[in-house]
Amino acid sequence: MNENGSQNTIILQVGNLKKYFPIRRGFFQKITGWVRAVENVSFQIDRAKTLGLVGESGCGKTTVARLILKLLAADGGQILFNGQDITQLDEKEMKPLRKEIQIIFQDPYGSLNPRMTVGQSIAEGLNIAGIHSRSQQEQRLEKLLKMVGMSPASSDRFPHEFSGGQRQRVGIARALSVEPALIICDEPVSALDVSIQAQIINLLKDLQHQLQLSYLFISHDLNVVGYLCDMVAVMYKGQIMEYAPTDALFDHPIHPYTHLLLSAIPDVDRNIDTEMHATADEPGRTLKSQDGCSFQDRCPLVENRCRHDLIEFEQAGPDHRVRCWKTARDGSDPFF
Amino acid sequence: MVDNKALLSVKELKVYFRSEHEVARAVDGVSFKVGREETVCLVGESGCGKTVTALSVMGLVPIPPGEIAGGRILFEDQNLLVFNDNEMQAIRGNQIAMVFQEPLTSLNPVFTIGDQIGEAIQVHQTAPQNEVIHRSEQLLKDVGIADPAQRLKDYPHQLSGGQRQRVMIAMALACDPELIIADEPTTALDVTVQAQILRLLESIQKKRSMSVLYITHDLGVVSKVADRICVMYAGIIAEQGKKDAVLKTPKHPYTQALLASLPNREKRGQRLYSIPGTVPNPAYKPDGCPFHPRCRHAIQTCREQYPLMCEYEDGHRARCPVIFNGNKEKL
Repeated sequence: MNENGSQNTIILQVGNLKKYFPIRRGFFQKITGWVRAVENVSFQIDRAKTLGLVGESGCGKTTVARLILKLLAADGGQILFNGQDITQLDEKEMKPLRKEIQIIFQDPYGSLNPRMTVGQSIAEGLNIAGIHSRSQQEQRLEKLLKMVGMSPASSDRFPHEFSGGQRQRVGIARALSVEPALIICDEPVSALDVSIQAQIINLLKDLQHQLQLSYLFISHDLNVVGYLCDMVAVMYKGQIMEYAPTDALFDHPIHPYTHLLLSAIPDVDRNIDTEMHATADEPGRTLKSQDGCSFQDRCPLVENRCRHDLIEFEQAGPDHRVRCWKTARDGSDPFF
Repeated sequence: MVDNKALLSVKELKVYFRSEHEVARAVDGVSFKVGREETVCLVGESGCGKTVTALSVMGLVPIPPGEIAGGRILFEDQNLLVFNDNEMQAIRGNQIAMVFQEPLTSLNPVFTIGDQIGEAIQVHQTAPQNEVIHRSEQLLKDVGIADPAQRLKDYPHQLSGGQRQRVMIAMALACDPELIIADEPTTALDVTVQAQILRLLESIQKKRSMSVLYITHDLGVVSKVADRICVMYAGIIAEQGKKDAVLKTPKHPYTQALLASLPNREKRGQRLYSIPGTVPNPAYKPDGCPFHPRCRHAIQTCREQYPLMCEYEDGHRARCPVIFNGNKEKL
């Protein structure tokens, strides 16, 4: 429900999603432990809205994307797409639904087949969408290319003839070819120059508006997230640490890791005066996951309880949830 | 600044790359200075010539196909461009050191960290083995690496990205250089690690009274580290000056456009400004001002005459007479 009281359709709902990878050692490859790559991840995305998934490398955000795309099987939890539980669907049942969720990748140089023309790459999607006639394909192709700001003549050229920004547009056209409801954008502008970033971001916004698209926007760049996203989920070592509407996250960050991220970004518009310093440089090198809070090694507020308790995802305000028993309680900012 | 005399002075540098059919003018008349204990940022997007400029200072531009087509690079009053190989070798790593972007490719994977730092020391100074080890440990401590004695025995792949970059910085510091050239040293790192590395560079710089020439495309990083900024476009410096002057009151349309196109939360709901057109091919630059085809303030003279550098206050200068004469509003 939004403020007007009207019902927004929830396109994607993820509940307590889990993915563990085994650590194998020794000659017989015995399992000695588990990497909890995704642990109790829950969030939702409304129609025509954008959820930002923020975190540093290794936090599990790409694994979450793969789980939603059903490229990986979840070890626990639920994935609801348009109200339908798709978690346990097999390949055959999933097939008609695959067009609904598409992905745009970070690397515009690696994500297009260099031996296929732009037209051929996009037409693959059209074939899957059931558009087989030559003239229909050409028509759709022209429309898609125009939609992403490229000339229809591009369809006969190969990826290497285009710049990074243009290739990214092709990737977007390809994702749109099957008319999805949700597009996962995995760091789509990180590899692009500033002036090109702006073009692609504008394009994504326009398309969202025109086509009522929902986005799961994965990024480490809080400036882009602050600009584009309606809601933000902050991930660290497999868990969501904070989940709030964008303004609430930037104006009233609660979780210590969110504070760390915000103070690490130069020039980000924020309301905090203090700068937070982590107690350790980077996420530890140990593979095996620990008890307690995954942020314990770097948190300046760490206590004994943090090392042992199961830390719940708590309500800290309307629409604002935090995985930190200490800071979620009274909402007062411990960093002032 | 300690004294007014610049440590590094680049004057009208021109670096071209020749192939059979064309000449790419990668650096096309670039002038700037780096003072003592100062951090100067060369900022620009891909292809603007900032890395070639940095490599020229270090004498690392491959010649051929590269060619120094003009200008001087004065380091402590000596023109590096006339140095021979031996003379450059004596400067490189010793008085001027470089930190590159990708530590994994800059570090040799088959040698230990200790071997590589040791090499950096021994290339310029002879010292007994145990002293080299001692100094290497001290360098790792200086760059904030825990358990330095153990890390000396590690191989690059055993370290994290942030640690590898710290090792690169340690190697650059090995002979106590006066100038460090850092080429996008934090681009490949996570945001919180980047913040740590920037703080580290800042504290080292203060402790050792070093100058830093910082090359980056990231205006956020620039806003944190720069004393002065040089904005590059298509091989020229479009604008330069003190950090606040350039970021808050930019006087070149390209700088203005770049700042206007940066996304942030304040701009939500508004369209981001995006610069029309594309960066010119360095072999086929337009006549007159290289930015004019994409500039909303361009007039006829911009298409015909190469613009002069216009002086504002305090060393702030921009290569745009239109803005200078017309006091046009910012975007």
